[in-house]
Parts: sequence; C-alpha cells; structure tokens
Amino acid sequence: MTEALWALGRGMGVAALVSFTAAVVLGIVTRSGRPLPGLPRFGVALVHRDVSLFATAFLAVHVVALLFDPYAQLTLLDTVVPFFGDFRPFWQGLGTLALDLTIAIALTGMLRRHVGHRVFRVVHWGTYLLWPVALAHAIGNGTNGTDAWFLALAGVCTLAVVTSVAWRVSTRFVEWDDRRLPRATARDLGVVDPVAPFASGPSSSGPLPVVPSTTAVGRPTATRPVERLHR
Amino acid sequence: MTTLAPPSVPSSETDRRLGPQGVRRLFAAADASFAAHLDTFGPLPRGQAGPDLVAELQRAGLDGRGGAHFATWRKLSAARAEHQVRRGPIGLGRGRAVVIANGAEGEPLSRKDAALLALAPHLVIDGLLLAAATVGASRAVLYATAPLLPGVRSALRERTDARDVTLVEAPDTFLSGEASAVVAAVEGRPAVPADRVVRLTASGVDGRPTLVQNVETLAQLALLARYGAGWFRSVGAAAEPGTRLVTVSGGDGRSPLESARTPGGAGRVLEVTGTMSLRRIVEATGIDPARLRAVLVGGFHGAWVPPEAFDLPFTRDALEPWGAVPGAGIVWALADDRCGLAAAADITAYLAGQSARQCGPCLNGLPRLADVLGRLARGDRATWLPGEVTRLAGLVTGRGSCHHPDGTARLVFSSLQVFADDVRQHLEGRCLAGVSSTSTGPGESR
Amino acid sequence: MSALDLGRSASSSPQAVGAPGSRRSGPGRGAAASMHIDWTLCDGRGLCTELLPELLDRDEWGYPVAVGQPPASRSDVTVPPELVDAARDAVALCPRAALRLRPLPLPLP
Repeated sequence: MTEALWALGRGMGVAALVSFTAAVVLGIVTRSGRPLPGLPRFGVALVHRDVSLFATAFLAVHVVALLFDPYAQLTLLDTVVPFFGDFRPFWQGLGTLALDLTIAIALTGMLRRHVGHRVFRVVHWGTYLLWPVALAHAIGNGTNGTDAWFLALAGVCTLAVVTSVAWRVSTRFVEWDDRRLPRATARDLGVVDPVAPFASGPSSSGPLPVVPSTTAVGRPTATRPVERLHR
Repeated sequence: MTTLAPPSVPSSETDRRLGPQGVRRLFAAADASFAAHLDTFGPLPRGQAGPDLVAELQRAGLDGRGGAHFATWRKLSAARAEHQVRRGPIGLGRGRAVVIANGAEGEPLSRKDAALLALAPHLVIDGLLLAAATVGASRAVLYATAPLLPGVRSALRERTDARDVTLVEAPDTFLSGEASAVVAAVEGRPAVPADRVVRLTASGVDGRPTLVQNVETLAQLALLARYGAGWFRSVGAAAEPGTRLVTVSGGDGRSPLESARTPGGAGRVLEVTGTMSLRRIVEATGIDPARLRAVLVGGFHGAWVPPEAFDLPFTRDALEPWGAVPGAGIVWALADDRCGLAAAADITAYLAGQSARQCGPCLNGLPRLADVLGRLARGDRATWLPGEVTRLAGLVTGRGSCHHPDGTARLVFSSLQVFADDVRQHLEGRCLAGVSSTSTGPGESR
Repeated sequence: MSALDLGRSASSSPQAVGAPGSRRSGPGRGAAASMHIDWTLCDGRGLCTELLPELLDRDEWGYPVAVGQPPASRSDVTVPPELVDAARDAVALCPRAALRLRPLPLPLP
C-alpha cells in the first residue's frame, strides 16, 4: 500500500510539474493578448485556467498521497509550514512553499471578482516564483530527481519557461505595442507633462511658453515620439 | 422663508434685508473681509438649511455653475435622501455625507472661481456650510489650487463657524476639477477621474454620500438662502434666472493657450445674466465684436459661435444649435486675423497632453487627433485630413471613464463646422486669416 | 464552460441558460442587460470582441468599440437577451476584470 501511495505521490508530482510548466507558458500567451493557431484568445484564457486547475489537483493528490505514506515522513504541519520537515528539510520546504503559493494563487484567481483586480494581479506574479521553486523541490527532494530521464524532462520544461519569459520581456510582446502610447503608471498618475511635443501646435506666434506644472510629483513622464503615430 | 419683492426702481445699492439689486450680486461686498461680508449680507441664515432650502432652490431654478448645468436642488435632495436615517444636528454633525466646494477650475481660460475665492470667499463658505447642514454632512472640504489656499485659509480663520472646514489642494491640471477626480484627491489619491457606476450622491468619498458643487453655485446658494427664490429670479431670463460669472479673454493676437498662461492676459471676470447677448458681454471687456471671426463658448470642451449668433441671449436654448452651453461661463474671442483651425489645433494639442492616460481610446486617440488636425491647420494639403479628423473625433467619443474625449471631440466637430470654409481654403493652400505658421508663409503649402 | 467548449454557439444556445455555472446575480433570464466597460482597467486584450462580435469591434489600438450604439452606450453597451450569456462569459474571462453586467434600466447618473 505504501508502495502504491509513494508511486502515486511521485507520479502526481511529475504531472504537477509538467502541468505548471504548461500553465506558465499559457499564462504568458494569455498576457500577450494574442491567439494561438486554432485557439482564439478566450480559448487561450480558458485552457490556461483549466490546465492550472489540473496542476492544482495533481499537486493536491501528490501532497495527500505522501501525507499517508509513512516513508515520506510528512506531517500535516509540513504541508503548510516550510523547512521543518524530517526528510531533507530544505528541499521539502521548497515543496511546502510551492504549495502555499499555489493555494494563494488559486484562491485569488477563483475569487478574482471579490478580492479585486489589484490583489489578484500582485498575487498572480507569484507564479514566477512558484515554478522555479517547484522545479528545485522536484530535483532536490524527488526520488528520481537526479535520474537522467527526469533531468531531461526538467530540461525541456525549463527551456519552455525560459523561452516564454524571454518573449515576455521582449518589445512587441503585446500585439499592439508598436501602435499604442504608454499608459500612466501608478507613479506618474496625475502628473501632466508640460513639455509634451503636441503642446507646440501651429500657433501663430511660434512655440508656446513652457509653464512648469505645479503638481510635479516625481519625474515628468517620458516624451512621446511623434513619429510613431504617422501613417 | 420670507420672500421680499425687489423695489420697483432697481439700484446698485445693497440693502442687507432686500439683497443686492441689479446684477452685481456676488461681488456686492466692499472687500473680501468677513466684516464687509456681514455688513453687506448679514449673518449666515443657518435656520434656512434643510428641506426648506431644497424647495427654495427648486423654485429658484439654480443650476450648477461648474459646467454641467445640473439642477442644484436635485443634487442636494439626492444627497439628503441617502442618509435620512442618520441625520445629525444642523451644522457639521454626525451625518455620513461629505460636501466638497470645487474651486479647482481646471479650464485654463476660466478665472471666475479664483476671483470668487479671492474676493468673496465668505459667500462660498456660507454656501458650503448651508449645503453641509442641509445634507447632514459631517465633513466639509474646500478644494482649490495652491495659490488660492492661503486666502481661503485666512477667510476661514476670520470665522468661528467654519473651524471644521478642511482644505485640499487641487493640482494645476485640466482634469483636476472633474467630480470623481475631486473625490480621489480628497481621499488622498492622484486627482484623476475614476470609473463610476454609482452616483457620487450615493457613494463618493470613502463610500459616503458626496456632494460636489462648484464654488460659484455655493455662493449663489448662500445668497438664495438669505433672499429667496423671488429675489434670485428678479434678474435674468425666465428659463435661466439669476446671474452667472463669465471669464472673457482673447480678441487679440494671442492663441487660446497664451491667453490662459499670460498673467493678466486671461481677461476679465464679469457677472452677467441670461438676457445679455454675447455681443454685449464681449463689448463690456473692450473687445470689438465686429473684428471677431468667432467666439469660443464653454472653454476648451466648448463650441464656436459665429458672428451671426452674437445677438442671441446667453442661454442654453439660444446656444444649443451651435452645440454650446453657457456652462462655466468661459468666453474666448477669436480675432478675424487669426486662423480658427490653428486655434482649434492648439487647444486639441493641449487637451491631448492633459489626458490622464488611464483609458486607451483617449490616451491614444487624442494625440493622433491633435496630430492630424495640426497638419490641417499648418497647411498640409492632403485631402484625407478632414475625413480623418472627423473619424478620430467620432472614434473617441463616449469611450473613456470621463468626458475628456467627448469634450475634445465636441470642440473638434464644432471647429470643422464653423470653420468649414477655412478647411476648404487650407486644402487649397490658402488661409482665410492670412496668418503664417512658423514654417510656411501665408498661402504657401508644404 | 470546459476547455473543449470553444464555440460560442454552445454558450448562447437556449439550453445553456440556467445551466450549471450560470452566474448567481445580475440580470434575470430573458432580459436585456447593460455591459459596462471600465476604461481605466481595459487593456484591449480582445477576448470580449471575440465572444461578442455582434456588439463589439476593435479600434486601431485594439480597444473594443460598441457597434451601432449611440455615444452614451459606448461605455454601457446594451446587450440583447440572446447575447446575455455570451456577455457573462466575456465578463468572467476578461483578464483585466474590466467588464461588468448590470440589469436595465440603468440608474440615472
């Protein structure tokens, strides 16, 4: 029985890692606002959500199975409080950390309308922490963590995530990046740029005098190049 | 409430019991001091606050002097209704509501609120206190730009009944006076408009019923509470009774932006009535109406009125065919040797820069609109320009969390309509005003 | 709505009304509704325009444009009864939570 639980736990762990990898990649595609071949944007969002839910379910089974497996030496405390375990406390703790993050991300995701968009977004950034922590836990704490086949699998997952993140930080990531002006960030909200290029219109007496804004809190916003808007 | 009929021969003297006779009402006191205020108007009629005042406001037909013409009695009534169960004693008490006197005056061409706060602050404070008592507010705020706050602060210190009025600084931006931006500023957040699905009188500052009123509206309210609806309606048009303040500028070689930014070049503040015509209002400041191409009514979100309409009364009904409203009483005169399209392009460029940059269509559309209109104004002869201007103005209308894109589009549509001949001339490489731009001479094209 | 249920036709067909997963509050069945766009949140991601092509188009910067509605309805888009389910999906899936559905008639501003 314990063999079965142990096997189930390990299998679910691998499944969870692969699912989280897919969830991260799909999450980045969702953020880009672009469709995938054959999958419209709302489809991407749905698949991302469903894959994330699968990953969470796999993770839950992984934890419960190992909780009941005496060989794993997992206590209930260890499932939520990291780094206090008996077996490889550090690598085990990473797993606990990953579970904690997953619970927070899943709850705020499902209760998005109630916690508000800001809270949802900030917690969701935690996925960028969740994935490497999960990977490190798998390699450091997994029974097959250092086996060749698992390392190969981990390598493929890492490649997928690294490529996606590289795309995420590139210019033109969002479909309309080349056609849109930047929105006001939280920092320069309410600051009006008195030297915006459009302020110098076709006035009959030359460029307008620049009047410093009395609101200036923080630095003025970057000037917006006119060239980007020409046909 | 005692209503007194004005004497049959109107005089400019102010009898403390009868109220200011004639049109000089808001600035009837000799100076800005509390003593002069009391001497001219008498003490604050605190007993008038409450449902009686709301009824009197409805009889008087006072509407908002901040631009939107919203019936004042309706706003007060709505704010009252929201908290009937928690009504506190008269005065700043235990009620939930918040009253904000809006003196931000974000329109660069407008100076009337500044004049009122500098020269007649006690009428504004009276109005604020009366409104607060009427809606049972436990918080009264006066919101104005930094240069005006010291004067208001000393006015508050002259009184004993305004100790709880708090001052909040308004940033010097175009949108700082927008109602939800005011609420944001009072809550300590950046003064930019917010998305609203609920009326402010239902939920505003910290979720409390909030009344935002222009300072002039409150000053008018303070007079109404003393002298009654009959007195209020004794001047002005039947549909638009009472007086309003207007700021008149322009008529010289300056662009609208320059009129706004030059100290003293911002023109004069007058108190007028709805029976007066634009011609008379403009003449009163020394501008010759015969040498004007058009008049911009309503500030940068307003509309142009051509000379054939100069003799119409300054009312909503009369100005409606031109898409203009008296609003906050901003009048800017375009001299006939200046190009209307250039003025419109200057204004649009300014408005694009003043976007809060929260909403995609406004943030992206207004600069593009300013760019295209600017080209047309500068003499670019591409025939697609007017159509593109129209398309962009239509594209941004109604697609923002505030009315900044709508107002900008209104100004643009009005410009294309009133200056249609200029558009045709520009496309042919000429300009009706014969004015050169910075880079090309008159009549030349790129 | 499962991952395989990609077609919008399934969600707006009569049998989908009242199906498990229908929202708890908001407009009643068979009634028109108003979909409010919070422009301060909208990032023009385009999911709503895919789910409601009859109501929404995209402008040249990717933001939704209400089709054939007067200016007053471009931020509060009138949704006919047959599209309310699709509108609910759009509200739920908007990545920026920029949409909300409200019953008609709307309260006065």
